[in-house]
Amino acid sequence: MKPAPFDYHDPETLDEAVSLLGRLDDDVKILAGGQSLIPLLNMRLARPTALVDLGKIAELDYIREDNGGIAIGALTTQRTVERSQLVKDRLPVLYEATRLIAHPQIRNRGTIGGSLAHADPAAEYPAVALLLDADFKVRSASGERTIGAADFFVTYLTTALGPADVLTEVRFPLLAEGVGWSFIEMTRRHGDFALAGAGVTIALSGGECSHARIVLFGVDATPVRSKAAEQALVGQELSEELIASAAQTARDEIGEPLSDNHASSEFRRHLAGVMTARALTEAARRAGWVN
Amino acid sequence: MGKVNISFTINGSSHQIDVEPQWTLLEMVREQLHLTGTKEGCGTGDCGACSMIVDGRLITSCCMLAPQADGSDVTTVEGLLANGDLHPVQQAFIETGGVQCGFCTPGMIMATKALLDRTPKPTLDDIREGLAGNLCRCTGYTKIYEAVMTASGQEI
Repeated sequence: MKPAPFDYHDPETLDEAVSLLGRLDDDVKILAGGQSLIPLLNMRLARPTALVDLGKIAELDYIREDNGGIAIGALTTQRTVERSQLVKDRLPVLYEATRLIAHPQIRNRGTIGGSLAHADPAAEYPAVALLLDADFKVRSASGERTIGAADFFVTYLTTALGPADVLTEVRFPLLAEGVGWSFIEMTRRHGDFALAGAGVTIALSGGECSHARIVLFGVDATPVRSKAAEQALVGQELSEELIASAAQTARDEIGEPLSDNHASSEFRRHLAGVMTARALTEAARRAGWVN
Repeated sequence: MGKVNISFTINGSSHQIDVEPQWTLLEMVREQLHLTGTKEGCGTGDCGACSMIVDGRLITSCCMLAPQADGSDVTTVEGLLANGDLHPVQQAFIETGGVQCGFCTPGMIMATKALLDRTPKPTLDDIREGLAGNLCRCTGYTKIYEAVMTASGQEI
């Protein structure tokens, strides 16, 4: 397992990194924690001619409250997110999603920005970002811009980031008081990528569903919202039957899930329905539903 | 494709060396520093055989490039020996029979060390979580969990 040779750059500031990326015309890859990229290099599935390692840019390692949300620097490791009391207290859905990522060694090195920019459709962070409508702050030589989660994930391992763009921050809005949430997945072994997973937020008014959001991951080229299932819930009296029928809608709504040696397309579709029903039930209970 | 000059500490001794940027930390430690206690298993971060502790955190050294270790404090399994005596974690693996073929053992021992540094009296669940990134294809894990319990001074 040996990567092919490349030039290595390790800028110490964001400004330096951005100007370097604007200047280099090689086949450049940005290295963050490396927990997806380095295996790809080792297997030579990726053969960039230059790497820009962001690991020394200390200014991109932070978690802070920001205007009713939580802003996290792109170079913050998954382990730091997992151990953040602020995240655990104010955004427990992000904490739960982080706990599902791989295993300790990976979370100790893997970064939130790297995971989002890599955009594996079965990964947890892209799904939780879509569920919460996170904003992505992006810097390039031409300035800074913000991209919403709905526009960020384009297709399999592809985002709205250009080759000279650096994802610098992701900002998660907090959930409103009383909103229930759930984030679950099915894996063959602990720490594996999800065969299928679901993130849900739900709010109840009386017994009636006043808000519902469902994101499925591992079943399409990006994490996807199940809008038809959301619509089927809102305005209705919540019941086990309603949850079962919304899960059926979600299951039918997705495109053609990946078929590989881990699971067939049909099995992933089946799991998407099961995950939706379980996540809806858990989220509804957290929102005060008594069934 | 020039070499990169890096400084780091490994098992308490300081080094400043030139490395190939495409070399992993694992490859540098084994091939350049000749510390061969750490093993390469999968090369993709799945098996944990190459686990080391870098700046207090357990990592898989096949998924870290050598230049990323610049400025770091690295501990490998060789670094656990103190005055020629085995570390209590190593001793516990011997006593409980937590070793069969031995290939995963350096990684298991480093994962145990990292776990006990943070959680001196782990529960069985803590141990399962702490060692979740380390695969053993021989033991079925029971003896390994017993080694961790023993190393932490707890009854099996």
